[in-house]
Amino acid sequence: MDLDTRLENVAVLGAAGKMGSGIALLLAQEMATAKLKPENKDRTYVLHVIDVNEEALTGLLGYLRAQLTKAAEKSIVPLRELYADRDDLVENYDVIAAFVEDALSVLRPSTTLEAAEGARLVFEAIIENEGIKIDVLTKLDKLVDPDAYYLTNTSSIPIKVLDEGVGLGGRIVGYHFYNPPAVQRLLELITTSSTKPDAVETGRELAKRLRKKVFPANDIAGFIGNGHFMRDILHATSEVKRLMAEESMSEAEAVYVVNKVSQDLLVRPMGIFQLVDYVGVDVCRFIMKVMTEHIDGETLRDDLLDRMADGGVLGGQYASGAQKDGVLKYEKGRPAGVYDLSKGGYALFADGDWTSKLDEKLGGPPDGLAPWRALLMDPKKDDKLAAYFGNLATTDTLGAGLARAYLVRSKEIGEKLVADGVAESADVVNGVLTNGFYHLYGPVNEYVELVTDKVGGTR
Amino acid sequence: MKNLTKPVYVTAGYNTISLGTGRKEFHPKKPRPGIEHYIKEAGQGAIAQVNDAANIDEGVVSNFMAARFNKQGNLAAVMPMIDPSLEYKPLVRVEGACGSGGLGLVTAAKTVLSGMADSVLAVGFEVQNTVKAVYGADILAGAGHYVTQRKSGHAYFFPAKFSDRACAASEKFGAERTREAMARWYERAVLNARQCPKAQEYHNSIEDLYAAGMTPCNANAFCGHINVYDCSKVSDGASAVIFASEEGLDRLGVDRKDAVELVGYGQVVADISKDPEDQTKLTTSARAVANAMEMAGVTPKDIGMLEVHDCFTIGGMLSLEAAGFCGYGESPDFVAAGKTAPDGEVPTNLSGGLIGYGHYTGGTGVRQAADIAMQFTGKPDGQSIEIDSSKPYGLMISMGGNDRTVVSCVFRKVQ
Repeated sequence: MDLDTRLENVAVLGAAGKMGSGIALLLAQEMATAKLKPENKDRTYVLHVIDVNEEALTGLLGYLRAQLTKAAEKSIVPLRELYADRDDLVENYDVIAAFVEDALSVLRPSTTLEAAEGARLVFEAIIENEGIKIDVLTKLDKLVDPDAYYLTNTSSIPIKVLDEGVGLGGRIVGYHFYNPPAVQRLLELITTSSTKPDAVETGRELAKRLRKKVFPANDIAGFIGNGHFMRDILHATSEVKRLMAEESMSEAEAVYVVNKVSQDLLVRPMGIFQLVDYVGVDVCRFIMKVMTEHIDGETLRDDLLDRMADGGVLGGQYASGAQKDGVLKYEKGRPAGVYDLSKGGYALFADGDWTSKLDEKLGGPPDGLAPWRALLMDPKKDDKLAAYFGNLATTDTLGAGLARAYLVRSKEIGEKLVADGVAESADVVNGVLTNGFYHLYGPVNEYVELVTDKVGGTR
Repeated sequence: MKNLTKPVYVTAGYNTISLGTGRKEFHPKKPRPGIEHYIKEAGQGAIAQVNDAANIDEGVVSNFMAARFNKQGNLAAVMPMIDPSLEYKPLVRVEGACGSGGLGLVTAAKTVLSGMADSVLAVGFEVQNTVKAVYGADILAGAGHYVTQRKSGHAYFFPAKFSDRACAASEKFGAERTREAMARWYERAVLNARQCPKAQEYHNSIEDLYAAGMTPCNANAFCGHINVYDCSKVSDGASAVIFASEEGLDRLGVDRKDAVELVGYGQVVADISKDPEDQTKLTTSARAVANAMEMAGVTPKDIGMLEVHDCFTIGGMLSLEAAGFCGYGESPDFVAAGKTAPDGEVPTNLSGGLIGYGHYTGGTGVRQAADIAMQFTGKPDGQSIEIDSSKPYGLMISMGGNDRTVVSCVFRKVQ
């Protein structure tokens, strides 16, 4: 069965969720575009958007309408060509409205699995829980086309576990979009030894149509992206503890410091605890739990995340995409405070001079430091980073020491992902971190040598 | 060719800020002033420079598409909001796409020349940030012929029309030289705008403007032969001037030295349903300028300040050729040699032009007249230049559509 035939009947499970709604958006666009091509005029396209949450499902349609409109506005040049033979569609406004209606017309919202009867391609984006996933897919597999392929968006559960748990015989591929799926270009494609080659090929072809950059990963819990991120978090929390012990900082102060260093001095788009909040504190904790269950000899867990999550400090996002408060507090999307577990409230950056004292303790930034945003589009980015990290190596401050240790650990994690067979090469690890996490440089980089060679250590 | 039957003066120029992307105070999602605000600010700005609004006899308001951008028609009736004394006076709205401002100027001038009024307030405005650019392109495409051109036209209708002109000029006169001169035009426009606090590009902080201007064109997302830096931006703003006879100036209490004299104009309109005869020429503009210069009895060498309609960089360059400041196909070298710079042969678009100052479409022609009047009377919003005493004339070209509705005016500095 070719991809176009599969696209005639598609289902998204968990379609009203954060990832599911983005996947549904991408598919509605792709299916509507396919429908408009002359060679597909006899095909009918149906996208079952299924979610147990009725209210969220209603919201999904509003979300999709708004997002489809935005997407159509951006693609107006090719869209006018697509509708060139429709004499009634003259202005951009007419063309955009027609496309949005065409895309919405493929949608079939439902709260029941039965709606997906006959589906040939199933996207799974339900709760990250092994038992529930297996249960739902088992029920669904009795309804869908016997040759249906499953693309699961799990970010941590081994694909083999799902494949064997449901008895899919290799008809499932790990298809890990990054948040938000419609914007992020990275797609981790996870295969197992028993995955059907045709399923992989279908996934690759679809990714190409969705304009995603595919990075292959092997079937080890956490895969590449979370494989790095979760261990990066644990490095951060261990540094928090070290700063508390060696530098007499409170936990909130240490969190502030590590978050700041991991953003500013590592030239990353977000500090590590901001990224934890972006993903969700409980989600991070859950991914670690899954990884621990499936990876022999390694326990990924930290009591800081446990205490935060247990205390209801969860992060995550509002339906609008705005950041919820988590380990950090946010004002206009920017960190404005740190949750102080000892006080049960946020220590605000603006209150008193505690942050400026900590900044002073960290020491001034090494020469050549530029913000992530300034370097993002800079054609001389690599040269500037090399010059900066050269200076970082010889800067004798607490902040520079923390940054050096961070760089070294990040590289160790990246190399371990290759050694463990999760990624086929360091380039793939670097590709995932630069494309999915918007790092300016991969974890396995030559800057680390600059850092370690010049000071003969990491701190 | 008829000549002006009596002296007509232009005074009391006023421009609002050109608001849109690039200005620090602009935020696409926050509420912004509407058309009433701009019409009032510009009109009152002009009136503040005369003794009494009651001495203004008539009014003309220029606008292109308020009916679509702002859902407002009957615009002449908005003018009394400027000042209660305008109520019950003859007020009129004129429209000629992006050349609406120019039409407003000649309408005001002719009203004075007719003897039916001694002074006329001319206001021009557009408030375009009410819709996203992709829908604004639809609205502005109304300056082309809807029935024969819109369906087959590009999503970004007018940028594509001038992309076609850039393509033709590149093929005929060299791609590299044309492209480089377009980038130089952008660079100059922003450098001038940075001298003018009201200009839309006043806050522009791009380090290497020329490099930005050389950004490769992307036909898939925009146009094949122009990039975004080649285009004037979406702007909200208004301008005003007062036209007056000698008696009118006296009644308004305005000294001659605070005015410029209109000494010639050309008003030319071509068939909207026809494509340009030659993509590398602005033939309608050429006729308008020739008529204006003939009426004024001047040639390009007499012009000490020039205001051209650079809705697109290539449009600005072709205007120089159409007006005779350089030969056919020579504008790239003319621009590259800095001859349009403030200290060049023909100081051009001193407050930034449409690309640098902004382009509130229906008001731009009035803005050009206001800039010439203010520069020649020593009160410019932006940089002030020494006008060569042997060149006491200012020339402007206000163009609507793809060189369809064009007005050119020649003003003389009052000695």
